[in-house]
Amino acid sequence: MAVETDPNPAFAQFAHPERLVSTDWLAEHLGEPGLVVVESDEDVLLYETGHIEGAVKIDWHTDLNDPVLRDYLDGEGFAKLLGGKGIKRDDTVVIYGDKNNWWAAYALWVFTLFGHEDVRLLDGGRAKWEAEGRPYTTEVPVREPVDYPVVERDDSTVRAFKEDVLAHLGNPLIDVRSPEEYVGDRTTAPAYPEEGTLRAGHIPTAQNVPWAKAVAEDGSFKPKDELDAIYRDGAGLKDGDSVIAYCRIGERSSHTWFVLTHLLGFEGVRNYDGSWTEWGSAVRVPIVKGAEPGELPAK
Amino acid sequence: MSAALPAKLAEIRDDFLALEVPDRLQLLLEFSHELPELPERYADHPDLLERVEECQSPVYIFVEVDDDRIVHLHATAPREAPTTRGFASILVQGLAGLTVEEVLAVPSDYPLTIGLTEAVSPLRIRGMTGLLGRAQRQVREKTAA
Repeated sequence: MAVETDPNPAFAQFAHPERLVSTDWLAEHLGEPGLVVVESDEDVLLYETGHIEGAVKIDWHTDLNDPVLRDYLDGEGFAKLLGGKGIKRDDTVVIYGDKNNWWAAYALWVFTLFGHEDVRLLDGGRAKWEAEGRPYTTEVPVREPVDYPVVERDDSTVRAFKEDVLAHLGNPLIDVRSPEEYVGDRTTAPAYPEEGTLRAGHIPTAQNVPWAKAVAEDGSFKPKDELDAIYRDGAGLKDGDSVIAYCRIGERSSHTWFVLTHLLGFEGVRNYDGSWTEWGSAVRVPIVKGAEPGELPAK
Repeated sequence: MSAALPAKLAEIRDDFLALEVPDRLQLLLEFSHELPELPERYADHPDLLERVEECQSPVYIFVEVDDDRIVHLHATAPREAPTTRGFASILVQGLAGLTVEEVLAVPSDYPLTIGLTEAVSPLRIRGMTGLLGRAQRQVREKTAA
């Protein structure tokens, strides 16, 4: 059963305040039936060094990705993963993690592909929890496995593939990578293995809004007026726009997808998880170098 | 194959391979706890340390070669990056006491052979490959003169 939402007035300004919980709220609700806390980090060992009491670990590489195909796990894999962690289909899941919830947002986005209804982020993630002096434990909770239904992954609503991006050109694109990656200035020092892509730059017309711009100093999301200034005034997004966000492998852009969808209320925002590691190596897709968004190629 | 793999590196590899995959993570965590603090003389000189860009988390390394041509690897990474600390700790322990020639002879694919690729993912293991490559390059630079 769903757990009550966080009535925190700071969240009321957002389009979907029910998608956030505060550290206070979580501390009060820990252990409540129907609530499962999930930690998802960049660092695969961070959970083991200490985590919020009762939290289970889901790793973006080793749990959420298919080990062979470049894809996410399928419906059966997701059911096995969540059932094995003792997460029921109607449980309220609160996800938190390191690096401003970068990977937590990624996990939340993958949960969304499978239509897990009540999935929320802990505003501020690990950084805020720690800064407030709240406790961690190294004890791994023992949760009884449950039956999680096999639900087919929906790749059409919040996910975009390369072909979708090509068809989307002319509509807003948000490139959430660093300015250096966007411009295409890769500084390659001697003996650095250059990883990933064959070409540098960005998708024509994409606006560069590094993902962490949405985050305040304490790791929580910025207030709505500041987010509006960044994404509406700065990047020129308007209500009714169809937006695709991308980064290098689709993780940082899940964070921006969360901001645009759940905090600012844009509908139909998609995350292009192939991102630059696909686009920058694909044959004959258009690329722009430099700080300007650039023009669409002539048809 | 790697007939010349130094004994300590071989021992670390065998220790990992003897474990089931989930337990390999625990061993890596133990290594992360064992990463020594930087010697005092470097603690105040962050400029001497080189950032390893292949790692997603900030990790800095510095190599010394003493008069007996023994290599000393120093590394530092934040507490919030235990995986990276574990990688650095494996190399600090595995390369300890080796000569210049022995360090340079360590195969660059050593990180792929210790059974961690599945436990931490191929993308993450690249961080350790980057660490080893940079340590070897620093050794070459310091002995080139």
